[in-house]
Amino acid sequence: MQDNNKCALNKRYVERDRDWHPPAYAPGYKTSVARSPSQALVSLWNATTSELMGPDFRKLRMGSHDNDLLLNYRDAENPGLPVGERIIMFGRVLDQFGKPVPHTLVEMWQANAGGRYRHKKDVYLAPLDPNFGGVGRCLTDEDGWYRFRTIKPGPYPWGNGINTWRPAHIHVSVMGPSISTRLITQMYFEGDPLIPLCPIVQTLNDQEAVDTMIARLDMARSRPMDSLAYRFDIVVRGELQTYFENQ
Amino acid sequence: MQQPNSVSCSELMLRETASQTAGPYVHIGLALHVAGLPKRDEELWNQMARPEAEGEHIEVIGKVIDGNGDPVRDALLEAWQADAHGEYQPEYDQHKPFNSFGRTATTAEGDSEWSLITVKPGAVGLSNGRVMAPHINLAIFARGINIHLQTRLYFEDEAEANAACPVLNAVESTTRRQTLVAKREEVDGKVRYRLDIRLQGEGETVFFDF
Repeated sequence: MQDNNKCALNKRYVERDRDWHPPAYAPGYKTSVARSPSQALVSLWNATTSELMGPDFRKLRMGSHDNDLLLNYRDAENPGLPVGERIIMFGRVLDQFGKPVPHTLVEMWQANAGGRYRHKKDVYLAPLDPNFGGVGRCLTDEDGWYRFRTIKPGPYPWGNGINTWRPAHIHVSVMGPSISTRLITQMYFEGDPLIPLCPIVQTLNDQEAVDTMIARLDMARSRPMDSLAYRFDIVVRGELQTYFENQ
Repeated sequence: MQQPNSVSCSELMLRETASQTAGPYVHIGLALHVAGLPKRDEELWNQMARPEAEGEHIEVIGKVIDGNGDPVRDALLEAWQADAHGEYQPEYDQHKPFNSFGRTATTAEGDSEWSLITVKPGAVGLSNGRVMAPHINLAIFARGINIHLQTRLYFEDEAEANAACPVLNAVESTTRRQTLVAKREEVDGKVRYRLDIRLQGEGETVFFDF
């Protein structure tokens, strides 16, 4: 068979702990009720080439402000800066063994400072910000670091319950080295009193799992008279190399 | 950042960052034009094969259907497949005729179908000499899905290869295997495969853990 496929064969990933992640069916988050499989997942205990490989985005052409949400929505008609608390969101993508994940795609999207998304279907009372789109992406560097400049999103109400609010959060998507490491999560902000009240956060059964999603204020990386900094490290599944083929 | 707080081997490892739903506005982040945002220089989207790519050119389409039988109109799907020779092309480059990775979405408009423009993948060999039938790996993200669902799409006109595929055979129920097999159609002389993904209930799609 082709070399491309063969090089992946003596590799596997640490099993994903499905009790650590939220279950598919979490009735406190109502939309999950009709969107959760009722049958058991089928385990591919011997992962194949298909699961052990994944896309490498080093050649994806990025714009110069793709990771700068303060600037990436501005144009001739809207030359200003967005409203809100200026922040630097940064961190490292690591695997479970602490090994940095270089050159991997990190994407993010968020509401504006008033808690409104630039999406056709978001009709919340808070206004759109003409200077803010709310989307960013970048590749991690060779040591696994990523960095965005943005504004802190606002909390907003949603119709899960009579009076439910999402804590301020930024959606984060990371590819990692293969489709086995693929992960989408949400980053929350340290100290936000809405975190423990949120039905989506409550889909998790373990406070330590919630803690993996909370960014920490980092005064050392903040810029005086400019921006606060929040650090959010992302851990993807660990890769194991084995010398023996499983036959 | 978590720190190991015990000598147990498993706790010396970091825990994976927990998953959360991609939410109702996933298209803002990962399918910009669907959300009404301007496109950037290069977007990851559903044209995996350009006309000059080798292989049989096909379109793959389908719906995502929830447990009530209603279409899910806010899903994002990711596809990962081998080329026509059964080889993965990990290096994503929009200038190449074929890329193994693609994205698509269901939307609020019309039939709410996702679609991929690609070539039919070749069978993928394994080191133990066995061969996986041609397939496309799919991941589904949406509001109400707390951790993405992983499935595979197979092709109905590959019955022999499907019957021998070790992964398809890992699905114990032969009835349920059929939930992964796309139906072939010809529309205006073009080959199209259709597979609806049923998240829950009757005809529920097989989803994998790996």
